[in-house]
Amino acid sequence: MAGGKEIRTKIKSVQNTQKITKAMEMVAASKMRKAQERMRAARPYGEKMRNIIGHLAHANTEYRHPFLIRRDTVKRVGLIVVTSDKGLCGGLNTNVLRLALGRIRQWESEGEEIRVTCIGNKGLGFMQRLNAQVLSHVTGLGDAPRLEKLIGPVKVMLDAYSTDELDQVFLAYTRFINTMKQEPVIEQLLPLEGKDVGARTHAWDYLYEPEAKQVLDDLLVRYTEALIYQAVAENMASEQSARMVAMKSASDNAGTVISELQLIYNKTRQAAITKEISEIVGGAAAV
Amino acid sequence: MAMTIHVDVVSAEGSIFSGLCEFVALPGEAGELGILPGHAPLLTRIRPGTVRLKVPDREEELVFVAGGVLEVQASAVTVLADTAIRGRDLDEAKATEAKKKAEEAMRDQTSGLEYAQAEIELANAIAQLRAIERLRSRRR
Repeated sequence: MAGGKEIRTKIKSVQNTQKITKAMEMVAASKMRKAQERMRAARPYGEKMRNIIGHLAHANTEYRHPFLIRRDTVKRVGLIVVTSDKGLCGGLNTNVLRLALGRIRQWESEGEEIRVTCIGNKGLGFMQRLNAQVLSHVTGLGDAPRLEKLIGPVKVMLDAYSTDELDQVFLAYTRFINTMKQEPVIEQLLPLEGKDVGARTHAWDYLYEPEAKQVLDDLLVRYTEALIYQAVAENMASEQSARMVAMKSASDNAGTVISELQLIYNKTRQAAITKEISEIVGGAAAV
Repeated sequence: MAMTIHVDVVSAEGSIFSGLCEFVALPGEAGELGILPGHAPLLTRIRPGTVRLKVPDREEELVFVAGGVLEVQASAVTVLADTAIRGRDLDEAKATEAKKKAEEAMRDQTSGLEYAQAEIELANAIAQLRAIERLRSRRR
């Protein structure tokens, strides 16, 4: 059986690990709250925009923006993968990447070409190992995602769609359901689905300045960006809560390991004492 | 009490202002716009500038917007503000930069990220091997 000192060192090292995981758990908990607030704050923008676009799309039936037109043949597909920059957040990235990989394999078997945009370090590393065609990427978003950082990489994807280089664009991210539950999803981003642009309710129209077409163009690009931003914000909230849960279970596991080791340590110690006593007694009896 | 209109100033990153106002002034694409309650429905782009909001019984509120879109309905005004200064050239520059970055990453995949990661893994493995060797020699 291992010596007492070795077990003590082992306990000490597990305790140190536990301290780190506990600290990370608390950091993640406080970041999670802020990330959730940010996620909720981003919602009204998208909703307001959806209403206006719905109205515009129905009021101006003669002008169809490419983002709204469904293409008959799909040859090339774009995929925007949202992952976290850092690890230690349980199966968050693995789950979303596994889902994306499944979809990529399916597209490949259907003979479609795939282009990828990566948001977050983990997805980028994965896609590069996969030898996927990465059109653009953005990493190091920090704790508060900024739309400004997303505009460039996203525009590469949107331009590819506008110039017919891509026929469909999908968005893969982890949807935040609650603190304990996050779900990886792949959604169609472009062309915008019919349900996104709500039905027309009133028979009135806006005055436009300068023209309906230009305003609609601007709005659709911003709407798409807002959808991606929303996904990034949700992903970040998911990341923090996944990390919190992962670190909590790591701390709990460390606790179990420590108590087991403590038990072994006590037993060895007891055994050593018993042995010593019996030796002394034996020695005394011999004399 | 004077007539009021509900005004929302929202950006993709959060709500900036929400409340009742008597009057809103903002820089439209075709010129400065003033909106009073009961304005005709209007949809226009706005330029970067200040949005002045006259809140009843309070001082005028000023909000800076980096451009965006303004929607006016009879009872509500919505400003969809951009968080960053936008422009065709500026967006284009950002996109080309992103593209260039991606191409570079593609070209030297072995250097950059992967290489750094591999290096760390290698260093770790070597350190572990050394530690094992030292332990073995000590036991003997």
